[in-house]
This record gives sequence, C-alpha cells and structure tokens, in this order.
Amino acid sequence: MFSAIISQLRTLWQILLHTFSGYETVQYPEEKPYLAPRYRGRIVLTRDPDGVERCVACNLCAVACPVDCIALQKTEDEDGRWYPEFFRINFSRCIMCGFCEEACPTYSIQLTPDFEMCEYDRQNMVYEKEHLLIDGPGKYPGYNFYRVAGKAIGGKAKGEAENESPPVDIRSLLP
Amino acid sequence: MSQSIWLTGIVIFGTLFGVIGGAAVLVWFERRLLGLWQDRPGPNRVGPFGAGLAIADVIKLFAKEDWVPPFSDRIVFIFAPTAVMIAMLLGFTVVPYAPGIHIADLNIALLFFLGMTSLAVYSVLLGGLASNNKYALLGGLRSAAQMVSYEVFMGLSLMGVVMMSGSFSLVDIVNAQENGWFIISQFLGFFVFVVAGIAESHRLPFDLPEAEHELVAGFHTEYSGMKFGMFMLGEYLGVILISAMITTIFLGGWLGPDFLPPIIWFGLKSFTLVCFFILLRAAIPRPRYDQLMALGWKVMLPLTLVNLMVTGAVILMMEA
Amino acid sequence: MAKIIVDGTEIEADESRNLLEVLLACGEDLPYFCWHPKMGSVGACRQCAVVQHRNQEDERGRIVMSCMTPITEGAIFSVQNETASGFRASVVENLMVNHPHDCPVCEEGGECHLQDMTVMTGHRDRSYRHLKMTFENQYLGPFIGHEMNRCITCYRCVRYYQDYAGGSDLAAFASRDRVYFGRAEDGVLENEFAGNLVEVCPTGVFTDKTLSEHYTRKWDLASAPAICTGCSLGCNISVSERYGELRRIHNRYHGEINGYFLCDRGRFGGQFVNSENRIPRCGQRNSDQKFEPRSTDDAVNDISTLIKDAGRIIGIGSARASLESNYALRQLVGEQNYFSGLDDIEAETANLHLRALHSNLGIASMTEVEDCDAIIILGEDVTNHAPRLALSLRQSSHNAARSLAHDAGIPLWHDAAVRGLAQDKKSPVFILTPYADRLDDVSTAAIRLSPREIADTGFALANAIAAPDDTDSENLLVAQMKTVLMSARKPLIVSGSSLKNVEIVKASLNVAVALKKINPETRLVLAGDECNTLAVATLATQHMPSPGESADLMIVVENDLQRHCSPEAFSDLLANVSHLVTIDHSDSRTVSASHYVLPAATFAESEGTCINNEGRAQRSYGAFKSKDEIAPSWLWLMRLAAACDKPSCDAIDDLLHECADAIPGLAGIVAAAPDANYRGHGLKVNRMTHRYSGRTAMRADVNVHEPQQPGDEQSALTYSMEGINQSAPSSVKAYTWAPGWNSNQSISKFQDEIGGHLSSGDPGKLLFSVDTPLEPLLPASTSGKALDLVPAHHIFSSDEMSSRSSAIRDAAPAPFAILNAETASNLDVGQGDGLKCQSGNHHITFQVAIDHNVADDCAVCLFNGDSAPLFLTTADLMRDQDWTAPDTANLIGSDRMSR
Repeated sequence: MFSAIISQLRTLWQILLHTFSGYETVQYPEEKPYLAPRYRGRIVLTRDPDGVERCVACNLCAVACPVDCIALQKTEDEDGRWYPEFFRINFSRCIMCGFCEEACPTYSIQLTPDFEMCEYDRQNMVYEKEHLLIDGPGKYPGYNFYRVAGKAIGGKAKGEAENESPPVDIRSLLP
Repeated sequence: MSQSIWLTGIVIFGTLFGVIGGAAVLVWFERRLLGLWQDRPGPNRVGPFGAGLAIADVIKLFAKEDWVPPFSDRIVFIFAPTAVMIAMLLGFTVVPYAPGIHIADLNIALLFFLGMTSLAVYSVLLGGLASNNKYALLGGLRSAAQMVSYEVFMGLSLMGVVMMSGSFSLVDIVNAQENGWFIISQFLGFFVFVVAGIAESHRLPFDLPEAEHELVAGFHTEYSGMKFGMFMLGEYLGVILISAMITTIFLGGWLGPDFLPPIIWFGLKSFTLVCFFILLRAAIPRPRYDQLMALGWKVMLPLTLVNLMVTGAVILMMEA
Repeated sequence: MAKIIVDGTEIEADESRNLLEVLLACGEDLPYFCWHPKMGSVGACRQCAVVQHRNQEDERGRIVMSCMTPITEGAIFSVQNETASGFRASVVENLMVNHPHDCPVCEEGGECHLQDMTVMTGHRDRSYRHLKMTFENQYLGPFIGHEMNRCITCYRCVRYYQDYAGGSDLAAFASRDRVYFGRAEDGVLENEFAGNLVEVCPTGVFTDKTLSEHYTRKWDLASAPAICTGCSLGCNISVSERYGELRRIHNRYHGEINGYFLCDRGRFGGQFVNSENRIPRCGQRNSDQKFEPRSTDDAVNDISTLIKDAGRIIGIGSARASLESNYALRQLVGEQNYFSGLDDIEAETANLHLRALHSNLGIASMTEVEDCDAIIILGEDVTNHAPRLALSLRQSSHNAARSLAHDAGIPLWHDAAVRGLAQDKKSPVFILTPYADRLDDVSTAAIRLSPREIADTGFALANAIAAPDDTDSENLLVAQMKTVLMSARKPLIVSGSSLKNVEIVKASLNVAVALKKINPETRLVLAGDECNTLAVATLATQHMPSPGESADLMIVVENDLQRHCSPEAFSDLLANVSHLVTIDHSDSRTVSASHYVLPAATFAESEGTCINNEGRAQRSYGAFKSKDEIAPSWLWLMRLAAACDKPSCDAIDDLLHECADAIPGLAGIVAAAPDANYRGHGLKVNRMTHRYSGRTAMRADVNVHEPQQPGDEQSALTYSMEGINQSAPSSVKAYTWAPGWNSNQSISKFQDEIGGHLSSGDPGKLLFSVDTPLEPLLPASTSGKALDLVPAHHIFSSDEMSSRSSAIRDAAPAPFAILNAETASNLDVGQGDGLKCQSGNHHITFQVAIDHNVADDCAVCLFNGDSAPLFLTTADLMRDQDWTAPDTANLIGSDRMSR
C-alpha cells in the first residue's frame, strides 16, 4: 500500500521532470522527419532487373490484406509469364500494415517512405496498375523470380533457372 | 450597502466570465501542458502559442450539428448537460476569493458546496440514461456508483477542518488558518479530499464513466455540438471549483505574504492545483473499476474515519 | 469390427479397411499422396508412415505404411510419435527435392495437396544442396495443362488414367528418378474423364487450362452447390465465380452419383455462362425486325397485357430448365395449355423411364452400378450420352477381380495385388450398339447391330429369360447373354435414349422385368436425354402443339424448339401463333424468331430443382447474382403472373410447396434441400470462402463506395464470407474445406466412412418409390427402311449448352458420318466425301469416315443442334457432290484434333 503510493508519486515526479526535456516530434510539414527506406507508406509495384513487371498475380498479397483492399486478375503473356491484367489498391482502405509486402514471393509489392497521399475525392485514392508500377526494382535490386522458378518462360527454357539441371532426357537408358 | 451590491454584482459577473473563460482556456492549456510532459509541442498553431485554439474550439462546438438522437428521451437528454453547468456554477457562489470578495458568505457554505457537487451526478446519470445507448448507460451507472461512494468520505474528510475551525463558513475556515494551513494539521483530510475531488470531477485517473477504451465515450457517447461542450465545460469548471476549494480549505485561501495582494495568492494556489490535476492526467493510468471501488470503500473511508477520530480526540484533549 | 490402439486411444475399426482409411475416418491428420479412396493403396509414396508396436512393452516399434497395413485385432500404433512424424517429414523433404519454386505461378497453389501435406509434416528448408531436376512439358489438349517439373512421382495420374478411367495414352516413361508422366508425344488426352487428373494429381502437374485463362485461387472463388446440366445423371458440381464470371466447375462429392469424378463435359462445359451468346436484356422486335432493348417493367407490362388479351395461350417448357420454371409456366398458362417441349421420341422414352421408376425395377444409382457383376448395354452410347455412367460401368467390369481377391483373402484396397491376381479377368459386359463404343475394351462381346436389331435382340432375350429353362434360344448371342445374366449375383441392364429408339428402351425394360422375377438383385439403368426430362414428363400431359394448333400467344421457356421439331413443323408453329415470347439465357433460333425476349439466368446464377435419371430430385444453386436485368425464368414467370393478377408466389419455396402439393409424384421435392429459412448456428451458408480477398477493391474502379452485398432471400445460401461451411448440410454446402486440408481431398472429413456417404446425408431426395411390378411391354411393329440414319452422340457436341463453351467447342468434332464399307458403296460415297442428309428443305452434309466396326445398313451421323431434327423424320441420304472437306480431319473422339 505504502510502496504503491510512493510508486504513484514517483511517477508524478518523473513526468514532471519532462517539463525540462525537449520535443521528440517535429513541426510537420515545415520540418520533415527522416523516414527509413523500410518505412511503410504508399505501395508500389516494382520491376525485376530485366525491366519486366515482377508481379506474377499470385494473389498472396490480396489474401494477406486484412482490409481486403487489393484486387487483381491473373493473365498470361505469349511467353507464358504470369502478370496481372489489372492490379488495384484501394488506398482509402489501406492501413499500411505491410502484410502484402511480407506475403509477396517475388518482391514485387513494396511499401515506400511516402505517406503524403491526401485527396479531396476518395475515388482518387483508388490506384490502378499504371499508378502503382515503378520503373526500378525497389529495395531488392538483384532479385528476379523467374530466375529461380521452375516454370519456363520466353527467354528462359526449362533447366536454365538458377540451381537447375538441364531437362532430363527421358529416352536415355543410362543408369 | 449599495457599494456592497455593486461589489457583489462585479464578483458575480467576474466569477461567471472568469471561470467559464478559464475553463475554455483550460481546454487549450491542458493540451499544451500534456504536450509539454509528453515531449511534444501540443496545439501551437492557432494564435500566439496556439492560444487561439480556445476560441476556435468554442466556435467549432457552436457550429457543429446539434443532434438529438431520435431514440433518446428528448427532454432529459437536453436537460442533462445543463445540470452540470448549473451545479458547478452554483458551487462558485460560496468561494471566498479574498477578504470581502465573494458572492455569498453562507454559514453553511461547506455543506452548500458539497450539495452542489452532488447535484452534478444527476447530469451524468440522466445523460447516460436518456441517450438510450448501452455505452452511455454503463457510463452513467459507473458514474452514479462512483459519485455515491466518493461523496461519503469527501464530506467526512472535511469534518476535521470544520471541527478545528468550528464553522461551516468558508471565510471562517480561511481565517482559522492564520496560524497554519490545514494541510499540515489535516494532511490525511487533505489527501482524501484531493482523491475524492478528482473522482467527483471524474478526471483521469478516475474517468471511468467515460473510459474511451471500454465505453466509447461513456455517458456522453451520443452528445455532440454545444451539449457535449457543456459536459466538457462542466468538467473543467469542476476542476477549477475543486482546486479553489482545496485552496480555500487546506491551503489557506487568500492568505500569503503581503508582497502580493490576497486575490493573487488565491489565484496562484488554485492555478498550481489545476496544473497538478493535469499532471495526474499525464502520469497516472486509469485503475480497473473494482479497484476504484475497493480504494474508496476499503482505504479512503477507514482513513477518513481514523482522521476524524484522531482530530476529535486531539481537540478534546486540547480543550481538557 | 476390430479394436486397435492408436496413440493410446482405443478405436473400433472395420477389418476390411486399411489403417490409413481408419485413421482419416476418425479425424487424424495423416499425410498421404499415392492412396486414393477410389484407387486403393500401392504404398508408393511412403508418406503415411506410422509406428506399429508389437505389444504394450515394445516402445520402439517399427515403421509401417498405414495405407498398406490391414486392421488386426489389438494392433498398437503410434501416429504422433517422433519416429513416425520425423520419418514423414524426411519423406516430404525427399519428395520436395526437385519440386520447383513455382507456387506463385501454379494453378494448384492454395488448394494443393502437396502444400497441405508439406505444412502438415512441418518440412520447411531444403537441405539438399544440389541442382533441381527439370522436365519438358507436353501439350495435352484444350483442357489440361502439363507442368512436369512439379511431379512427385506418386503415380496417381497413370493409375487413375489407365486403371480407373481406361485411358491408354497417358503413361509413366523413363527410369529411376527420371520417371515421366505424359503421352508418347504431344497431343490431346483422349479419355473423356481426363479432366479428373486436375483433382487426382496431388500437385500442379495437371492443371485446369480453362481455369488458368481467367485464373482465380480457390480462396477467392464464390461457389455454390450446383447440379450439372450436361446430361441426365445429375452429377453434383461446385460452380465457382469471381468478378461476375463463372470461373470453374469442380467436383462436389455425392456418395450415390458422381463420387470423386466428373466427365469432361461436366467439368469444362459450363463456360457457356460467360459466352457472348448470352442474352443481356429484355428485347422486343420492332417493325424493322430488329430487337430493341426494353426495360424490365415495360417488358413485363407489355407481355402481361398480351396475356390478358390473349384468347389461347400456349406454354412450352423445357427439359433443360428447372422444375420450378416449368411449373411456374404451367401455373401461368394452365395445365391444359402447358407442353413439355419434348419431341415424340423423347416423350415416349421419358414416359417409359417414368414407368420403370414407378415400378419395382427402380433405376440403379451409380454406386450400385459399380457393384454389379454382369452388364448388358442395349443400344446406348453411354460414354457420349451419359458420360459419368461409363466410368462407373468400367468399374463394375472389375468386379470379377474383386470377387477373386475376396476369395483369395486379399483386401480390396490392395490395388496392385487385386489387379495382379485378376490379370485380364473381367466381369461379363455385353455391348450391343450400331457403332464402336468407348467401353468396347472392357467388353466380353461388342456386337454391332442396327437399332432395330438391337431392339429385336432385347425382346428375344427377355422372352428367353422368361421362358422355361430348358428351351434354348436359337440365337447364340441371346443364349450367351441369358446364361451370363442368370448366373450373375447382380446383373445390370443398361439402356437409354441415345439412339432415339423407343423399342430399345422397351426391350431393356422387358429384360429387366423378366430377370427381376428370377433375381431380385437385378438392376436397370436408363440414360435420359436432358437434366430435367423426367421432371417435364411428369408435369406435362402434352409435349408439342399438334400441327395446325393456333394460339394468340406462345411462351417458350429455355427451349430451342428447333432441336425438338422439324424445320417445317417449327415454321408451321410460328405461322399459327400471333405472338411468341421466349425466356432464355442464350441466343437460339427460337429466340431469333420471337417477338419478346426475356433474359433468363443459367444454372450458375439461379436456384432450381433437377430430377435425374434415377428419379432423384436435387436442388441446384447459383454461385452469383446475375447481372443487370437477367433473372431466373421462374422469377420472370412469377412477375408475369403477378402483373396479370393471376395467383402467384413470391418465393421459390412457395412455388416448390405448391408444386409438391399439386403433383402427386413430386411430393418429395421439398425435402431435396433446406429452404430459405434454414440457419445453422443462426447463420446461412456462405458462398465465399472465409478468406475471400479484395472485397473493398474489386468494385473500387467503378465507385470507391462499396455497395452492399446482394441479398439472397430465395435460398439458404448467402453472397457473403459469413456463414457456415463445414457444418452445412451437404445439399447446400458450397465448397469443401477443412482446416489444414485446402484441396478437395478434405472431403474425407465429411464422409461417414471413407469413400462412402456424406455424413450429413447425400444430397437430394429419391422420388417415385413404388413397388408394383411392371408387366412386359409389347413391341411395336416396325417397318423401317433398308438404311437407318443412326444418331451418334458426342460428349462435346451433342449437349445443347455445353457445346457452346469455348474449350469444348475446340474439342468438338466436325459433323461426321460413319459407315461401313458396304453401306458406303451402296450410297456411292468414300472416305472423306460428303454425305448429304435431306429432310424436307433441311439438309446437312456430314463428312464420311469408313469404319468396319459399324452395323450393316447404318449411317451413323453426329447428333448436334443442327442435325437433331433429322433424326425425328425420315431423311434421304445421298452423296453431296458440291461439298469439299474442311481442313482438319477431326472426326471422332479418339482422333480429336491436336494443335
């Protein structure tokens, strides 16, 4: 009981001492805080080192999204590469939790340190693929999903991916 | 006599505008102070030091849609916020700011003050009930139980002071402190009165009736616009009133060294107490509801009774 | 029953089962790959390992494969102990050594048995440091995609394809760890049940190409329990939607009908729902003979005025529409004005079918078919007319092997042993058809006879069976069949309407009647024409308006009349009717000829009841709310009835109750599924999975403010993620899922025994259970022509709706006529020539293929929408001199085109 009261008084005293400590916050927007590259802000879709869309429309970001604000549809180009026919993020619902980035198996979807995306009209918060897609690889410059995946695409035949042996000759009788 | 009427008139209007204005400014001041203690600037954009926020807030409250929920008990719903304002403002009638500067020197001033603070519970209770909303009702219920519990020893804690000064008149009580403030002789009474005072004005850490983590906004969940403003104003009036009362009863009221006029002393002491209330808000978390009740009934009430018995015994011994 | 101890708990187990089945049945999560409930065990994948202890003292035990372990009294097993689970984790790790990093671009992901099993065993990191093996893929046709890298060599595909479905063009190639599952060369998979590879393969080697075109993960699909409309069998399907489009059709387990498998028509034939031939809005023909869009209200008002003013109204229903739509039409126009829309032959066979159902013969379910041990197929092309039945018939041909195994004390789940013991021994199967049948490879005798001869043989067989024992038939075939049928434990007569010959159906009934007197175990299966032929035959007393019958207004519901009457009769009908109103979902010649068109919903968008060939009423539900003005036919008819102040219902449940009360035979339809008031734990049944994604973004391009989910007042289901799925009754359960089991294999959690009935009862309600014996029917005297025009059904061409699906269209053959050399020379045509069939003004030219395996004097011609009317009348056959062959020679199923 006594120690509890002392504890409360000690708390009061320590908070009082904060009168003499400076501010932790900055005067936004005149001053801007430093945001780390891994800050979770506006979402972008990146391209792999070859300059092709990284997104393979696997839907994992959409299913990881707790507010269900990502919708996309898979389609395929003539090379057999999967990509999204449309990719839509409703930022008016997004909570910038970063689950989509964690779920993404191709490092395609990434969160950036930009959070200043206010709009007067909510409809403008709906971003389509052309708004999301950037020209570079973002935070993971070297990664190319199709270089490690087994699926053959144009320019990468079976057995040409990393860590793969050439296709098996099934007609061989050698042991 | 006529001068006295003029003076009373000035005091009445001074009090009215002073405390209401003070309460409005307090809205801004509290947030600046909280900011200071939380290592951030707080509201500093509107006007010098952000002080314009007080006016902006009032304008905002007046401009907001004054909505009465269709499912509520309309008359009671509208009456509830006014009750707290009336009760708190009436409480100020007995406060002696300086020798001769007061609205009324009642010989039962202390009881009148206790009565007025008790009336405030109606506002919260009726507001909660009339809103016809689960959260509001729970808030109202909590508030009623909390007020009833803390009322008991709030009154009793002052009885030591009454015994020592031999009067219910606040002017007499202040005068009785010429030779030493009651905070020293009645420290237990002071401690209990401060705790009960916080609980009565349901300020943090005893804001369970409106605990926003559990009850959305408690009894005033359905209130908006100026009706909500009146609840908020009532709360800040309560803070000022309790501070003024503590000053009067335990801190020697206007008494102080002569280099400052008495009314300034009174103001300074009250202001410090208001700051202390805000410090409590910045520092101490809210207890659980059962802890609140246990503290009231199992700690505070026995403490008050012990204080009363000891005070009585000492006075009897001194007289004997 | 034997008692075994699993992880210290005593379990009662059936001794005819293996340990894996017992453990799965009691809810244990034990991984497996090569075992399949319908294909038994081979112990190839080593994944279902458990530890067996000698006795209570034996703590170490030994590892056994649960799928190869029989149940013995008092056996002690540990499933969860470290040795067993560690072994299983290392097996998965080995299987995954060459598995590519493909899940994001794999159609199986999210419902992959391999994913589930890997997670279940806890394997995560690949410790093998060397290169991954790769394989080239093959083109396997328009339905199935091939990605061989993903293979874990469980052998399920070839065991299914060769042993279960009887296919010969998918095999295991190469040796050791280079084993390859595919065809000898690129090409279309020939088997009609190849689509099941998608579900049989535990990973993504075989995937659904039609789904991949607009791919959606299982968790993003909104599904509904539907009934396949492809044929008369009423297989249960799960139809799935995303973005307002039908995405795929998946098998929905039914213990009595389709079990684990569907045919390719059912699986890939639903895409007509997305076709550009759909009718999107109400239309009226204006003075320029063009269709003008009308609003729903205007159209209903106009048509109700027509109804009010009309002297006589004719209503023509349809065998492909739901029972509710037909009944609502019957209510609107009155019983005496309601026609079923069946042609004469269809109506007559349907009535024979109903007579069989109303007698003690009954119609066997497909599970019963699989139990029969002697089969006579009388003039029915099962594979192309009621495809799923052919798969069951193929299983019953293995009953000889099963009885051998039984006698030898080999458990039936021991697949390799049972097959090895039996070698080529098959149960007797006699196939009497005019042309080569896809079941010929399992037949004892495949005899090619013309339809008339088949009927005659059937009647002779019935007489021979009914006759006293000592009189031998002079016909050797009849005597042979008689011997087989008489000695069988459970003989089965299979017939149907595929040859459009009533006499054959009569003959098969007679055989069944005669045999039933001798062996009460006798079973009969009749394949009907369409998914609801029996329902309309029950509702209607008349089938087509007779020539010259006139009316002020004719309302046609979901029927292309040109499929059911000759072009002359069709124009005659139109000439005698002042106004024609058609309610249909897809464009047809009838739609084009009508004055008003109302857009109907398909099976994928609306609720309705179907009655299948065994008289089972089953409710089908739509996966999504139809777009714009499209509404179920019964809703249009209810609106029309309300608009012209006739007695009408508001809800489909009321309609069903009214129908059940009005038609004595249909009293059971109400019990086929729970009504709209059904709630489980206070909730309806969800269509969307609980992890449905993108709800706040999928419509955001149109409007960022999300609309409310559409409500469904008509059924127990809801267009929502909230609701019961796992505890839902089987007839309304939209999709199969259990925690840790994302693939369709989770069905074992919902069966009362592995491969048995669903624990909440198999969906549907059998109607017409009457036990009165049937008297033999008298053959009609037939005076046919010398040359028979014989309809050849084709799985991808003959069904009206599925043939409009894009992938099915790719696989469908061009019109062909198969003749034997003699008939061909009589007609003066040769291989590749055009054979012109002329009936009145209507003619079609078929490309001739010479095949010795065709009965004499039969011109076997493809039955499809265009050629259907030819088979109703007598047609003249001649060589088409002006005809040139199209580029692709694409004649019969086994020669399906390869790109």
